[in-house]
Amino acid sequence: MKICVLVKEVPDAAVEKKINPSTGRMDRSGEKNLNPYDTHAIEAAMQIKEGGTVPVEEIVAVTMGPDSAVRALHKAVSLGADRSVHLSDEVVAGSDVAATGYALAKTLQRESPDLVLLGQQSDDGECYTIGAVVAEHLGMPSLTQVIKMDVETEALRCERQAEYGYDTVQIKLPAVISVGDAINEPRYPSLKAIMGAKKKQLDSVSASDVEIDASKVGGENSAAQWVSAKAPPAKAAGEIIEDEDTGETVEKIVAWLDERKLI
Amino acid sequence: MANILVYALHYDGAINKNSLGAVSEGAKLAAELGGEAHAILLGENVPQELAATLGKYGAKKVLVAEGPEGLAQPLVDAMAAAISGGDYSYALFGGGLLGFEIGAGLAARLGAGVAMEVTAVRAEGGELVAERPILGDSAISEIKYRSDVGIIIGRLNAFEINESGDSDAPVEQLSFELSPQATQATMVTRGEQRGADVDIEGASILIAGGRGLGKAEGFELAEALANAFGGNSAVAATRAVVDAGWYPYAAQIGQTGKTVAPKLYLAAGISGAIQHKVGMQASENIVAINKDANAPIFEFSDLGIVGDLNKILPKLTEAVKAKKGS
Amino acid sequence: MHNGNGKVAPDRFPPPVDSRKEFVKRGLDDEDELIEVGVAIVGGGTAGLACANRLLQLLADDPETLERLGEVPVAVVEKAKTCGGHNLSGAVVRPQALEELFPEMTREQWREEGFAFGEVKKEAVYLTPTSKLSVRIPTPPPFKNHGNEVISVSALARYQQRQAEDAGAYILTETSATQLVVEDGKVVGVRSGDKGRGKDGEPLGNFEPGTDIKAKATVLAEGCWGHLTGAAIKEFDLAKDREPQVWELGVKEVWKVTKPLDRLIHTMGPWPLKISPKYGQIGGTWIYPMKNAAGEDLVSIGFVVELEYADATTSAHDLLQTFKTHPLVRKILEGGERVAWGAKALPGGGYWSMPKLSMPGALLVGDSGGMVDTMALKGVHHCIKSGMIAAETIYAALKRSSSDLSAYEDAIDESSVGRELWEVRNARQPLQKGLLIGGALSGLQQVSKGKLPGRADWHRNDAKPMFIGNTKDVYVKPDGKYTFDKLSSVFITGNATRDDAPNHIRVQKHVPREVAETWTWMCPAGVYEIPDDAPEEGEVDVIVNYTNCVQCGAITAKGGRLTTPEGGDGPLYQIL
Repeated sequence: MKICVLVKEVPDAAVEKKINPSTGRMDRSGEKNLNPYDTHAIEAAMQIKEGGTVPVEEIVAVTMGPDSAVRALHKAVSLGADRSVHLSDEVVAGSDVAATGYALAKTLQRESPDLVLLGQQSDDGECYTIGAVVAEHLGMPSLTQVIKMDVETEALRCERQAEYGYDTVQIKLPAVISVGDAINEPRYPSLKAIMGAKKKQLDSVSASDVEIDASKVGGENSAAQWVSAKAPPAKAAGEIIEDEDTGETVEKIVAWLDERKLI
Repeated sequence: MANILVYALHYDGAINKNSLGAVSEGAKLAAELGGEAHAILLGENVPQELAATLGKYGAKKVLVAEGPEGLAQPLVDAMAAAISGGDYSYALFGGGLLGFEIGAGLAARLGAGVAMEVTAVRAEGGELVAERPILGDSAISEIKYRSDVGIIIGRLNAFEINESGDSDAPVEQLSFELSPQATQATMVTRGEQRGADVDIEGASILIAGGRGLGKAEGFELAEALANAFGGNSAVAATRAVVDAGWYPYAAQIGQTGKTVAPKLYLAAGISGAIQHKVGMQASENIVAINKDANAPIFEFSDLGIVGDLNKILPKLTEAVKAKKGS
Repeated sequence: MHNGNGKVAPDRFPPPVDSRKEFVKRGLDDEDELIEVGVAIVGGGTAGLACANRLLQLLADDPETLERLGEVPVAVVEKAKTCGGHNLSGAVVRPQALEELFPEMTREQWREEGFAFGEVKKEAVYLTPTSKLSVRIPTPPPFKNHGNEVISVSALARYQQRQAEDAGAYILTETSATQLVVEDGKVVGVRSGDKGRGKDGEPLGNFEPGTDIKAKATVLAEGCWGHLTGAAIKEFDLAKDREPQVWELGVKEVWKVTKPLDRLIHTMGPWPLKISPKYGQIGGTWIYPMKNAAGEDLVSIGFVVELEYADATTSAHDLLQTFKTHPLVRKILEGGERVAWGAKALPGGGYWSMPKLSMPGALLVGDSGGMVDTMALKGVHHCIKSGMIAAETIYAALKRSSSDLSAYEDAIDESSVGRELWEVRNARQPLQKGLLIGGALSGLQQVSKGKLPGRADWHRNDAKPMFIGNTKDVYVKPDGKYTFDKLSSVFITGNATRDDAPNHIRVQKHVPREVAETWTWMCPAGVYEIPDDAPEEGEVDVIVNYTNCVQCGAITAKGGRLTTPEGGDGPLYQIL
């Protein structure tokens, strides 16, 4: 089985997120890190490999991003991926979720994976969606919010929490699975693995290498356009009650809740 | 004609609340655009009467498709078929996991623009503009669509339910073909409830407890109140008390816990330090009970009560029960 | 209100730790389990990285020696998420050392790289006799800063990290060094920290043990007396015949301001500190103008207090917040926005308190070696210079295939580091006698440029008997817009510590109130707490909220021992 793990470099959760005043876009400077949800995806791949039910020939980490994204790949490799692929091209810069999913799908096509794993959301934006976009382009079944995954020879048995509780879904390979953070506890890389990461194979590919149609990617071609950003409406100041007669206070609370249809 | 196709999720004979909100919103927006809102339901033998009820929320027509329930990809096929055969400019989804999965797959299928976690939509110049919060809710971004079809995926509880229609809607069978990938997933069991799990992210009412509860047993007051509210209510906790072992980590809210945005967040004995605030500040209504008048939580609560929660919570629980008539 | 008349010294309640036993590992693991590097540097701050930078510069011209160091010629072990994450200083740097380290860079390039913020053109020193009054005094010699550069060590470390990586160093961030490895009386490397332990130290599901890092030479650049330095000092008796080390605590903020500050400012109190010697409060502030690469005007402001004080309610954080309400400061900060906060302890003992700087197999650089001139509030240039000298010493030894690093000590002594620290070696100690008498004696030392003979002694900070006084009565109540509480300040440091991480702070948990209050007021991050129902007098419990810790190191001075948290935990300072 060949497993590809999609990883993403995101701003560190501790870095204050702000809009760059001159460009009007998210200021992405500052520390970046491997998206924490992706570490769960890598761990899931490792557990399949170590589980032994199905032989795994290799785990490949794949990312789309600027030059700095190689750090995310090094981290992925230190956590167990055998090699990595970096889609790095000016042409894809500024892509929205749909365009990014398309570009990643083309990159994955070259690898012909049996299983694609990714974290279901990232700290800097879109949730639960990239997996579905990638799957659509690859013609594979997809499932997100997966918190338990058992591997059989040609299929997976997955558990995920949806609107009405936990669903158990049988899904045939090849498939795209987006995992939640409850699926596992990612391992820490050993110092040896961290230091050895830079030596593992890292292929840098361009958009044309993977046959991406340039008219379908990039900020200019995004079908959903971020027009502007504004401050949210200021919240009106709240009301304060000093409790002197608890019976009376509670009456006031209930009236307040009732007014807002909260009871 | 700018029509809007609205996805409606159903289960166990009822339509999901967020879908009702989406249908209501779709109806409102479609009217502003001079078009119609149609709903689409997919399942195994979807009851016609159930589908027809969506007319009361403003749907002018309801499409019913036959296929496996609870999975996203069959709906990508169904909605794509409906959109290519019909005259739809937008597809709208209420909050919820399936909405995300379907909306994203549909965007890929149609080459359409998609916006998610949308909190508001408005009609402008014959088009829809979606708004969504970004950067931890500190700013709102506006999104316009350049594609023929625009896909809007709402945030949980974003759209209000409005019974604007006066009668049932006509129901039409939609025939479509399942793509190969849609046949690769099979639902084995659906909707299994797991008692021990605390799903605070999905709750619409949260009673949160902090140090002010005094001790682990203090959470019994919070639980009693949550039970009084009933329905989709749960109990949450701050980091301090989770650290102290008073409540499980799964219920923790804040910078190192979960982020929630329920309709009502009632904070009992919580100071409102920013590490906690960032996890719940987007709640629609924030009520705080604290004996310290200077607690920071009073700066951003909608209703603040300065008093002893040990006296207030039990009385409030009784009053809520009485109001609900149970 | 507590008016305990008890006078209790924290050193009667020493932290539950045996440095030599816990932090020294006797013997390396097997070859196939360990990692071998050429030179291991513990600490990716200015000093440690300067050592790495210089060493790689020397090795670049000497491929033969480079080859002998193997695949990893230089490894830097840094516990923060990135170098600079735990670094904080004023800072105004004397440029020479930095110019020596990166000779091809111009000062304009320093600013473009984002770690320098302008040359000092104008400066002023004020006294603040009351909360409203400020009196400008002629600039005393140590505060003459004309021509120096305002920098951020946190940003500088990031720049140095990039340079070191480009030159071939392995920078192991999110990695703490928990033990010194000693074999046959020699330091042979360090051991990296375990990851994935729980609150009580128990291994969790994803437990990953640390690894021994074997090195031909080890450099301890832990900053304010890291625990390995403390263990090394005990193991190799490096403090023999030296004065005890004493510390100071600085709390700093960076503000975006509406109008540029036109001068470098230092204030020497007394307000809001108390003059009476019974309080033992010596401290001062700095206010530095900064202009960043985007042309925005910023200001760095900090309050430094010697941890020598006797009033348990002394709180550097609250003193800073209170100080901001002085009209002198309001004029500068009003209308602005706080963009950063942090805290750090620094060694204040000077020359006589410096330990022996070399031991078999290892060297001390920077603050670990106590190389700070606290009269001038300068240590960054000493960090850089000592890092470079350490690199040169190690390089020379490697070239002769020797492991004798003892030449380092004379090299430091004869360099600008030794010379400058020698000059002010007796200048600070008199202040332990109080601001007025001490000030006069101190002035005498400085004017004589250290030519007066003799050696002034220090008393340990934790030997000071503490009483619960009323310094706290002067503190302002934070308004959340101009003045801030500790918790929201910790929040903006980006402090992300795993909630079930093990406790990295060693203190006794049941101590007299005087000691407990010393800790709760002193800690800028609000780590220590006394339960609400604790008795007013006598012994109380101490709650340790170690996940708030910003690694400042103050607790080590006043009765506790700070050790490293799990790698990656702690603040993520950007511009401090």
